Amino acid sequence: MEKRVLFRSTWLPWVLLAPQLFIVGVFFFWPAGQALVQSLQQQDAFGSSVTWVGFDNFRTLWADETYMASFKTTLIFSVLVTVLGLSIALLLAVFADRITKGATFYKTVLILPYAVAPVVTGLLWSLMFSTSVGIVTYWLKRLGIQWNHLLNGDHAMALIVMASVWKQISYNFLFFLAGLTSIPKSLIEAAAIDGARPWRRFWTIQLPLLSPTAFFLLVINMVYSFFDTFAIIDATTQGGPGKDTATLVYRVYFDGFRGMDFGSSAAQSVVLMVMVIALTIIQFKFIEKKVNY
Amino acid sequence: MKLKLAALAFAAAFSLSAQAQTEIQWWHSMDGALNDWVTDLAKQFNTSQTAYKVIPTYKGEYDQSVAAGIAAFRAGNAPDILQVFEVGTATMMYSKGAIKPVAEVMKEAGAKFDPSVYIPAVAGYYTAPNGQMLSLPFNSSTTVFYYNKDAFKAAGLDPEKAPTTWPEVVSIAAKLKATGSQCPFTTSWMTWAQLESFSTWHNTSYASKNNGFGGLDARLEFNSPLHVRHFENLGNMSKQGLFVYKGRASKPISSFTSGECAMFVGSSGSYASITRDAKFKFAESTLPYYPDVPGAPQNTIIGGASLWVFSGKPVEHYKGVAAFFNFLSDPKVQSASHMRTGYLPITTAAFKLTDESGFYKKNPGTDVAVNQMIRKTTEKSRGVRLGNFVQIRAIMDEETEQIWAGKKTAKQALDDGVKRGNELLAKFQAANK
Repeated sequence: MEKRVLFRSTWLPWVLLAPQLFIVGVFFFWPAGQALVQSLQQQDAFGSSVTWVGFDNFRTLWADETYMASFKTTLIFSVLVTVLGLSIALLLAVFADRITKGATFYKTVLILPYAVAPVVTGLLWSLMFSTSVGIVTYWLKRLGIQWNHLLNGDHAMALIVMASVWKQISYNFLFFLAGLTSIPKSLIEAAAIDGARPWRRFWTIQLPLLSPTAFFLLVINMVYSFFDTFAIIDATTQGGPGKDTATLVYRVYFDGFRGMDFGSSAAQSVVLMVMVIALTIIQFKFIEKKVNY
Repeated sequence: MKLKLAALAFAAAFSLSAQAQTEIQWWHSMDGALNDWVTDLAKQFNTSQTAYKVIPTYKGEYDQSVAAGIAAFRAGNAPDILQVFEVGTATMMYSKGAIKPVAEVMKEAGAKFDPSVYIPAVAGYYTAPNGQMLSLPFNSSTTVFYYNKDAFKAAGLDPEKAPTTWPEVVSIAAKLKATGSQCPFTTSWMTWAQLESFSTWHNTSYASKNNGFGGLDARLEFNSPLHVRHFENLGNMSKQGLFVYKGRASKPISSFTSGECAMFVGSSGSYASITRDAKFKFAESTLPYYPDVPGAPQNTIIGGASLWVFSGKPVEHYKGVAAFFNFLSDPKVQSASHMRTGYLPITTAAFKLTDESGFYKKNPGTDVAVNQMIRKTTEKSRGVRLGNFVQIRAIMDEETEQIWAGKKTAKQALDDGVKRGNELLAKFQAANK
């Protein structure tokens, strides 16, 4: 059956699309085009001397070992944030879906972190884990663990992952909860009558029915960990120790806005753009096939 | 309240147009108590005459206000005056046609302006190779040594005697550690204090071409035997728990004010906040040095910021800027600012005025920073002027962290830092040809 609606007019669809196209053009295509142009240039901070350098900015990046290391860092960080963020949120949503008493309170508390700005999140976590005055550092010390994210790269990575996951759990939780409530109760009851235990019911009924939500969240969380986490990193580790927590997007921010090196920063954002486009295509091509709508 | 404000703004707008005052926009990075200071300076100037009105606006931290100023310039509406931190000096200086040298502004407006009244280490930092002063020194600080007198007493040390050399720091740190100190020594501003200031204090080259003052083709040289020796020393202290790394930039200060760390290298501009936060007796002293190095101690390097004037403004604006700068250069104003904020007095006259007022006798230690600076500078100690300096500092934070983590030797870290930094310098040179 053909579901498409056909317009007879040739101009009407364009007029209706215009506001959307305008917004996409101004806020996506124009800046992306600027980044592409600037990545081929070298300019001083004031833009008064601009020289075309071809692919020099990219060549410098490939020659920089620390840039290559940042790919690995970003990958580890994104996978950890996405996997942990999704699984913890799912667990919480499943529990929230079951309780009857005080459900609103429970949900509200879980959604709260979403209202906290990323910089504040970063500050909160870095205070709790501060090597001098951190309360968690103090507890860990009593357990015999010497916490020092200033010098230990693994500790630093753990810190930014925790902060980023904490910030994103609310969002994931909301979507999972909505997904769970929309699953017809009759399906679950039928399975229960057939003798399926809670774990089996979750595994064979709820989870497959949640897969569109999970897939959507997977894409959103990947993008979140790639792009929206630099404020958290800036407030906690600033990419240190060494460059152990300098993800790709943090470097774009640092080299461009702190270092005023616009050419390199633009080249890095082009690389990042290509990566995210590729990742999204892969996700839609391969993972989406396993999703039941 | 809102209505009242609106009414006020309305009235202000009217009275302005009536008097035809020229408004001078001043973007700065002074927050908290320092914001009040800046606002008071503008108010004082505005009430002293009627032709001009200086409007100070807080634009975020140093790097943010520089970014904002540059973005505004690119968009064609730069402020008249922009406060730029010392590491941004080269960026501003080599910008073609974006700025108007202060010496020129003053000369065209017919204002008296004598660069020689400034403390040499301050003025030298902001002067072009041809001797022209490019920006007006505003708030300058330097690196000094602080120690916890109570902790010294508790460890059986003489609280009135600060260590003056690095070997003394090591032996005192060992005594503090032996009596239970968790953190005998730490430093903030690793690069500014332990590389830049360390170099000028020992009259040793930081970069070629007189630390970059001689031109854009300067390259880093801070992997000399003396630098390696210092970082090996710090590395050993770190291994023995005598030096504890507490993070980048100014972050380590809380570990001193909380009483955790007994000795601390930090900015002289932190004096006021340490006085406010520390629940113990402390003292300020000169930076330690290696006594066997000829020429040490020389002078330390400045931090802080200066005021830059953007080009392309109407003549009236420049006259106003000149009048305002003239007001700021008054020794009385400078001395008052020095006593209020803890920043350096900037001119020798202001230093003398403050001395005569008996301020240093009442607040012992506040003259340490001045004494470290008020010396005749050498080619190697005048300052550091390099492009991409913000990133070079970040690189050195990263590399030195590898020493404390035990992943690299001091020599390796400094060599790698020089190599990575030089790539950035070559890039800056190419971009600013």
